[in-house]
Amino acid sequence: MKEFTPAPDSASIVSVTDKVKPVTLGMGVTSVHFLGPRAAFVGGEENVAFVDAKGEITTVAVHSGGILSTASDGKRLVMGGDDGKVVSLDAKGEVALLATDPKRRWIDAVALHADGAFAWSAGKTATVKSGKNDEKSLEVPSTVGGLAFAPKGLRLAIAHYNGATLWFPNMEGSAEFLPWAGSHLGVTFSPDNKFLVTSMHEAALHGWRLADNRHMRMTGYPGRVRSMSWSAGGKGLATSGADTVIIWPFGSKDGPMGKEPAMLAPLQARVSVVACHPKNDILAAGYSDGTVLMVRMEDGAEILVRRNGTPPVAALAWNAKGSLLAFADENGDGGLLEL
Amino acid sequence: MSEATASKIPVTVLTGYLGAGKTTLLNRILSENHGKKYAVIVNEFGEIGIDNDLIIGADEEVFEMNNGCICCTVRGDLVRIMDGLMKRKGKFDAIIVETTGLADPAPVAQTFFVDEDVQKNARLDAVVTVADAKWLSDRLKDAPEAKNQIAFADVIVLNKTDLVTKPELAEVEARIRGINPYAKLHRTERCSVALADVLDRGAFDLDRILDIEPDFLEADDHDHDHDHHHHHDHHHHDHSHGLKHYHDEDMQSLSLKTDKPLDPNVFMPWLQNLVQVEGGKILRSKGILAFHDDDDRYVFQGVHMMLEGNHQRKWKEGEPRESRLVFIGRELPEKAIREGFESCIVS
Repeated sequence: MKEFTPAPDSASIVSVTDKVKPVTLGMGVTSVHFLGPRAAFVGGEENVAFVDAKGEITTVAVHSGGILSTASDGKRLVMGGDDGKVVSLDAKGEVALLATDPKRRWIDAVALHADGAFAWSAGKTATVKSGKNDEKSLEVPSTVGGLAFAPKGLRLAIAHYNGATLWFPNMEGSAEFLPWAGSHLGVTFSPDNKFLVTSMHEAALHGWRLADNRHMRMTGYPGRVRSMSWSAGGKGLATSGADTVIIWPFGSKDGPMGKEPAMLAPLQARVSVVACHPKNDILAAGYSDGTVLMVRMEDGAEILVRRNGTPPVAALAWNAKGSLLAFADENGDGGLLEL
Repeated sequence: MSEATASKIPVTVLTGYLGAGKTTLLNRILSENHGKKYAVIVNEFGEIGIDNDLIIGADEEVFEMNNGCICCTVRGDLVRIMDGLMKRKGKFDAIIVETTGLADPAPVAQTFFVDEDVQKNARLDAVVTVADAKWLSDRLKDAPEAKNQIAFADVIVLNKTDLVTKPELAEVEARIRGINPYAKLHRTERCSVALADVLDRGAFDLDRILDIEPDFLEADDHDHDHDHHHHHDHHHHDHSHGLKHYHDEDMQSLSLKTDKPLDPNVFMPWLQNLVQVEGGKILRSKGILAFHDDDDRYVFQGVHMMLEGNHQRKWKEGEPRESRLVFIGRELPEKAIREGFESCIVS
């Protein structure tokens, strides 16, 4: 008896799965970032694993416990742990202790500014350390869900319950509260500094146009949005949370208000992580069934990078030039793709 | 228990009014030689000091879901902590959430119903309430929180029984039963209860919603005072033995039963509507249902407006196909509920 098996990557989709250099990290992975030429895979606890172009793995211990939050500027990672520590890791693999919470509370969120300033939060308190200046702290009404620096000036957005707070740490009394009911967990500025977007506990995004604080509701997701990525040039915000990549248009002065988002790369699985290419209108998307696709944003054309059949993709990142793509699933099986 | 359920991390919620002995029970659980590791979410650091366990401080931040339902409140801090803990999967076997003495257990329980990510990784095992035998009767009069905690409980550890006389103990037990006759009740001194009686209870496991008979009717192994004096004008329906029967002024349980089949097309909308309209008053609900022309038992449970239910298994040969429902709540509209239930019976 003969069974009919369709050809593995049938002609309907272009595949580059054979060009991927497989990476087996042997640890739970939550994110990946490029530091210089190497990909730094951040573990769920304790370690970061560097992987070079040859696929060689070097593990560096960064926290004694869970790694709760990570930010990167391409030169270093800043991480917060359940050991109450804020730690940095540079491209050479040097670890530095940046701060310790006096009560050893969890460091729930971190953010990194292009000029080297960094921020972290523990409980309701967000703290910024900028250059040689003293640490500046701000307490918000409830636990901080997420932090993001504005692209211009030293301004921090703090997501929390029932809204977000914008704060210039060097200006006394500058905290401005943007209300919106619900729990706000993630936060990002548009690259043109015109919009602030939060991902909420419910399956929705919320946005504010910063010129007039006008609200933008972005709803319709079947699941919580855990990953947001701005397209090259900042005209679109690609998001996870649905069974297609949802891209909200931010090209006009009204942002996505009154507009439909683009929905690309539908699969029978939930998008778990998205990463836009730094230069071209291409994005990479990881799915809950382990699939990784590259998608051209103009027409939705897809290229298969990794086939399905594994735990959800947890980590996905491009290097700064956009010539390397790194990814890994929750269990630490991943790969590097050179374009 | 299904495989999917078994792989989820069990979460025990530990409540109890101030000074009842929550910390004593927690320390007992952690120090006993059970070979298990716990992640413990507490509100106050420093009171417990056990190595090898993960102790996490929480802020009990409750927020309303944006779904227009005022009783759909969840613990945002728990969502966040569960997220963080899941990065350390394999480092602990179970989670214990200790609430403050004044906390309402509902938002904790609801967190495990409404949050997709929490639900994927963890399952609510039971709400365990520690009660002070000496002071509970007073607290039930002046502290609505204490009443909520008793009404919500799957397991009640009635502690400090050495500090009260037998009649006082009988009185406090009767008051508890007037609110919640379904919880397993254990009398203890210094919280010395067998861990198996408080952990791994599966009280929220649909497959184990079997015994919704009142606990004190079946497990009646204690002495009675044979005091038939009723402290209240309301008469309880089941006074088959000698415990005093209290009818709590505003918190009651209501049990419904029929051996006639129910019409699912009438029952389901009725139940949905009932919890929509009265969900603020209904703290807990459970049921085993026999539907017309259906060979499977249907089971459901709910917390306020949130319901979950499923076909559980085939009715066994010779097993009486009875439907039983239990509601525990505040100022339940008993007449309307009974009439509504009757109307679901296939005539």
